This record gives sequence, structure tokens and C-alpha cells, in this order.
Amino acid sequence: MSITIDQISKNFDGFQALDEVSLDIPEGKLTALLGPSGSGKTTLLRIIAGLESSDGGRILFGDEDVSQLHVRDRNIGFVFQHYALFKHLTVAENIAFGLESLPRKQRPSKTEIQRRVDELLDMIQLPDVAKRYPTQLSGGQKQRVALARALATRPRILLLDEPFGALDAKVRKDLRRWLRALHDEFHFTSVFVTHDQEEALELSDQVVVMSQGQVEQVNEPASLYARPESRFVFDFLGQVNTLSGAVRGQKLSQADAWVSLPGIQAEGEAQLYLRPHEVQLDRSPASHAKLPLRIESISLIGSEVRIELTPEGWQSNEIWEVGMSHSEFARQNPARGERWYAIPDVGHLFLAGANHPRSVNWQYPSGISASNQ
Amino acid sequence: MSTTANVSAASGRRFAGRSKRVLPGFGLSLGISLFFVSLVLLLPLTGLVLETSGMSWDQFWFTVTDPRVVESYKVTLLTAFAASIFNGLFGLLLAWVLVRYDFPGKRLVDAVVDLPFALPTAVAGITLVTLFSESGWYGQLLSAVGIEVAFTPVGIVIAMAFTSIPFVVRTVQPVLEELSPADEEAAVSLGATDGRVFRKVIFPSLWPAMVTGVALSFTRSLGEFGAIIFIAGNTPYVSEVTSLMIFMRLQEYDYAAASAIASLVLLVSLVLLFSINLWQGRYLRRLEGH
Repeated sequence: MSITIDQISKNFDGFQALDEVSLDIPEGKLTALLGPSGSGKTTLLRIIAGLESSDGGRILFGDEDVSQLHVRDRNIGFVFQHYALFKHLTVAENIAFGLESLPRKQRPSKTEIQRRVDELLDMIQLPDVAKRYPTQLSGGQKQRVALARALATRPRILLLDEPFGALDAKVRKDLRRWLRALHDEFHFTSVFVTHDQEEALELSDQVVVMSQGQVEQVNEPASLYARPESRFVFDFLGQVNTLSGAVRGQKLSQADAWVSLPGIQAEGEAQLYLRPHEVQLDRSPASHAKLPLRIESISLIGSEVRIELTPEGWQSNEIWEVGMSHSEFARQNPARGERWYAIPDVGHLFLAGANHPRSVNWQYPSGISASNQ
Repeated sequence: MSTTANVSAASGRRFAGRSKRVLPGFGLSLGISLFFVSLVLLLPLTGLVLETSGMSWDQFWFTVTDPRVVESYKVTLLTAFAASIFNGLFGLLLAWVLVRYDFPGKRLVDAVVDLPFALPTAVAGITLVTLFSESGWYGQLLSAVGIEVAFTPVGIVIAMAFTSIPFVVRTVQPVLEELSPADEEAAVSLGATDGRVFRKVIFPSLWPAMVTGVALSFTRSLGEFGAIIFIAGNTPYVSEVTSLMIFMRLQEYDYAAASAIASLVLLVSLVLLFSINLWQGRYLRRLEGH
């Protein structure tokens, strides 16, 4: 069941939590609502569920307008950050709760419910906990039970509010992988809220980046990371290196640093955004860029060597970060305190006043694209 | 160096229990507490039992099974039961309204709940009798439909309920405040009706607090005196409560008989409180999983 969000607004005592948000959530896909706290992602999820009412706009499941429908009639499954399991009921009773809440005519028989509970316990790989109480389970187990409870009535849509937020890192990773596998098997339409970029990019088919009550960008994880459409998405998704300066004669410069901008005709203030993997390091400047930097620290742990640098002879708001393969590191052998030059391959230029970046490609100058749009 | 180490090891051993505590003053504060518990509670209770022990078993039995006294037990138990059931329902409603809704004057209502505790029970009794007597505001209306409150067991129930309602409200209120809204949202999202959410999700969490509140209210009602004697009418075999019987024995300077009846009331109250505590402990252990 696809979900259509049509111009949804929500105001909490003067705080605009959602500002005419419109969005399409495709059927059978796992969609992430990603954003910092206060971006309105949880409010949007709760409005989809019907746990919160919107001030304006419509929610459609498929072709059906559910805006006026009560939560209990929307046939959704909702998973809460802190599990919200019923403490005084056993795991089996928790899972059966939704089935036993069905109107008498639709309610399955006792044995049918029992069978379904067993089936769900198998699905969440916890067949032996039926008779236990929630307090006797670990956090990860509780969240699995919560998920089984939400899925028991075969909801049209599964909504998860920061489902891994209360778990520690290791369990979170396991559960994330498990949820992805479960989704690939059953293909329910699901939406989950998270503030963790890694989680959103790793788990979902589609990421909706939100900020200040608005949708910033909707894209598949890979495209989202490769082609952020706004400064916000750039800053929010992973590390980024910036050079602020003035553009004059197809060249962006600030003090000792400069980068050539082939094909950029505009002039004025501008910022260049570079991902750590879009930059290489060399002992001497290149013909298209001169970005002197001093190595501050080197982190060897991980699949890549992470090098942090500070500008020399120019300014940047944040420390620069460049990734280097271990073999490259062994060959070049950079050391702390040395002066190196950043050589950009691909960059994203934000001209003053522009909301969307223009791509700059120095590796294949013929392939300069004017814009992402 | 080695000496200090030895000394600290030795003192560490000597005060093994104490040295692990972070907050100081454990011994002193516990000592003072126990002293006052003994002075205010245990000593008088012992006196009560001692006074009774002067009687022979036959005398004791004769005193506590006097037909008029037995009738007072019945009246007291029945009215206390009715009052605490009423308090259970009304107290839950009051706590619910105070926690769940915002309305002008909420703080005032919240404060007024404690009034029965603050008010001298005699004042409560006189007020109630003024209201419920045949010429009183409520009494007029009630007698019009043929209900007599003042000077009947119904009056006793009202006096008991009035003086002990805060027990239920004040035990249920904090538990209700602690309830996670997510639990209810989860239940509703699973399709449960409002009634089912209350029965299956909210009530089981409130249940232990409610039982405690009702039990406290019940035991308090068993011993209520001041508020009752004014409104009860104190007709022998009809509207005499046990505490009145104790009072009457005292007026006759029959201290032994008074304490005999009193010790019985004490026993019932204690047994009730202990069993409630045991039950509640077991119930909560299951919820919190220890």
C-alpha cells in the first residue's frame, strides 16, 4: 500500500513542526525519514499513523483518504522507540493483543491465534520466550517482540519510530540487518524515523531528508550521498570539506588557496564542498588547484586511513578530512605536521544565494555538468 | 607506608559494612528513626497488649463477643467496606481527572483532595451532620426521595468515605502520572477500543496502587471515630461502630475491656496491611522482573 502525504501542516503552540509537506512513499519499500531533532520527522510519522492530527492536508493509503480515520481503524503497525510492550502480559499475550482486539466477527479462534503467535515468534527467532514477561528480555529481544506484535494483524503499513534508538551499537547493527532481511522477505510498506545517517543509508530503499518541518531531498541512498541538493543535506550526511571564497575569472580563491572552475561563468561569493573521498593528497599543488594543508592527525583504524588537516595560509570553518587507502598510505608515508596539497577530483559549488549546487569535475573536464537538476 | 596500609586494611575489615556506604550518617539516622518508631508506635501498642493481658482468656472472649460489640463489628466492617469500595471508584475517577485533563482550578481541586486529612475529624463530622440532617441542604433533598442519611449506617459510610478518600487519590495519582502514553498508543494502534485499552493496559498498571489505596482507606475507616459519632446517631445494634464501643468502655473506666476490643481492631488492621504488602510485592516483582 503506497502512502501519499499531501500538504500536511502541523503547528505546536506557535512552533511550525511541519510546513505543507508533500511526499510519496512507494509500496513495498523501506523508507527512512531522516533529520536532526526538531525537523518534524517523528511528527510526520505520528500523523501518518493517526496518533497525531494534522492542521491541514491529507494522508492517503493507496487511493483511500485516511485523514479522518482513527488510528485503530487505519490498520497500521507501529513500533515505538522504547518498545511500549505491556509489562503485565506475557510475550505471547503481547503479540496476540492486536488479534484479540479485532471485532468478534473478524477475530480468529483461540487456536488460530495461538498458531499465529507461534509463527511470529519463529519469525523473530525467539521461539522460547512465549511465556516470559517483557522485563525478562533484553532490549533487542523486546524490540523484536514489539515488531511481531505490530505485524500480528498483518497491517497495511509498518511505521517505526526510532526503532533502534534505545539499543547499544552492536545490537543495533544486528537488528538493523535482521529488519532489512525481514523486509526483503515480506515486502511490507514501511517507514522508519531515524536521526542516524548511517542507519538511514544502510537500511532503506529511499531516504527522505527533513529539516525544519520541510522535506529537503528524497532519493535513493547512493544518489543522496553522491548528489546532495542542498547545503543542509551536504552538512547532515557525512563529513564535508569546504572552501569559501570569491569567484572571479573561472577561479575560486581565498588568500593562499585557489581552485580553478572550468566552465563556471558566474562571479561573486561562493562555497566549494568536497567529500573526503573526492579529494586526494599530494606533496605539490596541481595545475587546477592549490589547497595547502597541514596534517593534524592520522587515524589508521578502519578500511581506510583517515587524515585530518588544517588549512595553511587560508581559512576553513571546519577541519578537513581526507581518506586514503592503506596501500597508498604506505607508499606516500605522510606524517603529522607536514604540509600537503589537496587535489580535488569532483566538487560541488554553491554560488551565493543558490540553494542547489553545481558540480565541478576536474578529472574529466569534458564531463562538466552545469547542474544536478 | 606499610603501616598505613595495614591500618587501613584492618579498619577496612572492621567497618566492612559501613565503609562501602557513600552517604554518611546511616547509623545515626537509623538509630533515631527506630527510637521514634518504638516511642510512638511500638511502646503504646505493647501497653495495649499488656493491658489486655491482665484479663483471663474467658474475660477477654466475653468482652469481645458481647452481642452489642459483635453487632458493632458488623456495622463497622460493612460500612468500612462500602466506604472503601466507593472511594476506590470515586478516588480513581478523581485521580484520573487530575492527571489526564487540564482545566481551570485544577490546582485548587488537587489541594482540596487533602482537606479530609487536614480537617479535624470532629469538624468533618459536625459539617456532615449539618448537611445531611433532615433540615440540612443535602438532607432535605434526600429525605424528599425517602433516603435518610443522618443517624443511619449510610451516614457512617459517608463519614468514612469523606475522611479516607485522599488515600486512594494519593496512591493512584503518581502511578497514573508515570504511565507511558506510548503503551496506550500501542494498544490503540493495535485496534483496541477505549474500553479495552483501559481494561487491558491502564487498569493492570493501576491495580496494585488501587488495592493499596483501598486497603489503607479501609483500615482507616475501621478506626474512624470523630467524624462518625456525630452523624451515626449511635443507635445500639444499628449504628454503633467499634471505636465507639472502645470509647464507651473507657468512659466506664473499664480499661481492660477497652484495650481488649482495641487490640482486636489492631490485629485485623495489621493482618490486612501485611497481606496487602505481600501480595503487592509479588505482583510488582512480576511487572518489574526481579
